[in-house]
Amino acid sequence: MRKIVVLFSVLMVLALVAGCAAPAAPATGGQTAATQAPAASGAKPYIPVISKGFQHQFWQAVKMGSENAAKDLNVDITFEGPGSESEVDKQIEMLQTALDKKPAAICFAALDSKAAIPLLEKAKAANIPVVGFDSGVDSDIPVATAATDNLAAAAAAADKMAEAIGKAGKVAVIAHDQTSRTGIDRVKGFTDRMKATYPDIEVVSVEYGAGDPLKSTEIVKAVIQANPDLKGYFGANEGSMKGVMNGVKETGKEGAIVMIGYDAGKQLKDAIRAGTVLGAISQDPVGIGYKCVEAAVKAIKGETVSKVIDTGYKWYDKSNIDAAEMQPLLYD
Amino acid sequence: MTTNAAPAQTSAPRTSLLRSDAAQRFMAFGALILMFIIFSLLSPYFLTGSNISGILIATAVNGILAIGVTFVIITSGIDLSVGTVMTLTTVMMGKVVTDWGMPIPIGLLAGIVTGLAAGFVNGFLITKAKLPPFIATLGMLNVARGLSLVISNVKPIYFDENPAFNQIAMGVFIDLSRFIPGLVINNAVLILFGAAILASLILSKTVLGRYTFALGSNEEAARLSGVNVHRWKIAVYMLTGFFSALAGIVMASRINSAQPSLGQGYELDAIAAAVIGGTSLSGGEGSILGTVIGAFLISTLSNGLKILSVPPEWQIVVTGLIVWLAVWLDIIRRRK
Repeated sequence: MRKIVVLFSVLMVLALVAGCAAPAAPATGGQTAATQAPAASGAKPYIPVISKGFQHQFWQAVKMGSENAAKDLNVDITFEGPGSESEVDKQIEMLQTALDKKPAAICFAALDSKAAIPLLEKAKAANIPVVGFDSGVDSDIPVATAATDNLAAAAAAADKMAEAIGKAGKVAVIAHDQTSRTGIDRVKGFTDRMKATYPDIEVVSVEYGAGDPLKSTEIVKAVIQANPDLKGYFGANEGSMKGVMNGVKETGKEGAIVMIGYDAGKQLKDAIRAGTVLGAISQDPVGIGYKCVEAAVKAIKGETVSKVIDTGYKWYDKSNIDAAEMQPLLYD
Repeated sequence: MTTNAAPAQTSAPRTSLLRSDAAQRFMAFGALILMFIIFSLLSPYFLTGSNISGILIATAVNGILAIGVTFVIITSGIDLSVGTVMTLTTVMMGKVVTDWGMPIPIGLLAGIVTGLAAGFVNGFLITKAKLPPFIATLGMLNVARGLSLVISNVKPIYFDENPAFNQIAMGVFIDLSRFIPGLVINNAVLILFGAAILASLILSKTVLGRYTFALGSNEEAARLSGVNVHRWKIAVYMLTGFFSALAGIVMASRINSAQPSLGQGYELDAIAAAVIGGTSLSGGEGSILGTVIGAFLISTLSNGLKILSVPPEWQIVVTGLIVWLAVWLDIIRRRK
């Protein structure tokens, strides 16, 4: 027993060392980063940024953008988000806590487009400007929303897919979930464009894998089994796309199925460079983070901001993946 | 801890165990066969070599986790941390192999030691600090999940500099595609079967296995007859941690990366597999074969519903119905 205790202590120390030795980014990541800036203490205006998550690379890039803006515009921000993108209640709690700190403004990416409205009305009553980012709210309270036009971006992915498969045949879609704005819009943008513009293309399957690469892999494999003549697969976010790449590889269909992805990440970028994946839609997560804080600062100063800030999207493939202008958009 | 497997007195508990096993085996296996027949009739794409390979490998991670959780459930405990402990072991492997550049075997060892350590903490909290298993392992679920994010710095760690790592799960040792087109047995499947055989041997042939059942059927009696209950219980939780690490190896190798935000929710599938396979949540009863069949039932169902293009929302409902049905059939069987 004593030996086991010693072994365990050694291991925990090892784990701690491993944690510390990790290249510590300016912010140590995670929810705790949010607690270190006390509200309204310094002279700088305080803006809490409440995101949909913090664990995915995409959110880490948004965080970087908002931190850059805070530095440039001389404001204090905190960045936090719930552990998973289904925890609507946790996010509401975070919003409540943020409001209690009497911030100068709030940046908010809603997990649920309606659930936060009562709190946002409170913010409005207290004259705290709210700026939406990534996912909008069904309300006119936010003074601005900085987001990707996901419908248009997914439609662009559909155009690329149609072109690559000769405008005829079966294609399939896998997305992260059927309830969030981004999940809904990307699936709709892709399937609507196929239906409207390419009558000979059939979307045979729309499935949801929670952005879990392993679950998504099993889904993709089953869909390929059921549709041996499948010509294309669209993965609507980073985790889903990992499943597409893995599933196509495991069924030995690389080369036979055209793959198109969304967002970035090392695995996807490597596959595009190697030519196994045709290309992907990239949003501008750093830009989303930067522009929401920028709009919040403008609103604090009483300047006018445009209601919709389209942060844009870009198609990238083998030809432009290493181009200089793409680099800020493509996180690892 | 399991090495002092005494050869003495194996007969009494084994015979009764075999009898309940046989009935369960028949029941769960029958359900699996039935499912295969139904799906094969409904779709020409279900019963093909490559789809069978797909179902086999889709069972690997959940199957190994379920084997581990079967042990604690037999002791009338529970382990909610198997999924996130699995993730923590993958992150430790990534740290050691990719970030520190050490050889793969050392990485695997680090993963296994991490799994054992997490199991030890669970067992220690349950026996010494008297926390209920549900609470102790719920805490571990979060601790392991948090540590995975901290150690990985909230980033996936990739193994692509070590092509051999992917071969651990995806390599093909047994290729049957000459006989049945598309049918290959990936190493992950062999690891699952190896784990099942190892676990069955531990459960039926060792002191640890005998005490696992004893703790579950009557812990007080076991204690009064001189069994060091604390020590053996800790050993059982460590064994579960070991299988989480084994599942972690298969997971990391298959997706060629350690994904620090994964793992939550996997514990429920693992528990469902054990329960479908006839392991009783009130303890004292269960078998590894049943659990493995339970895991195959879950992955076959999920695969078949997708092949039939059942809408994803309904797939979730049907999976829940099958859990009810399986456990209800089990209760009826017991009443007889």
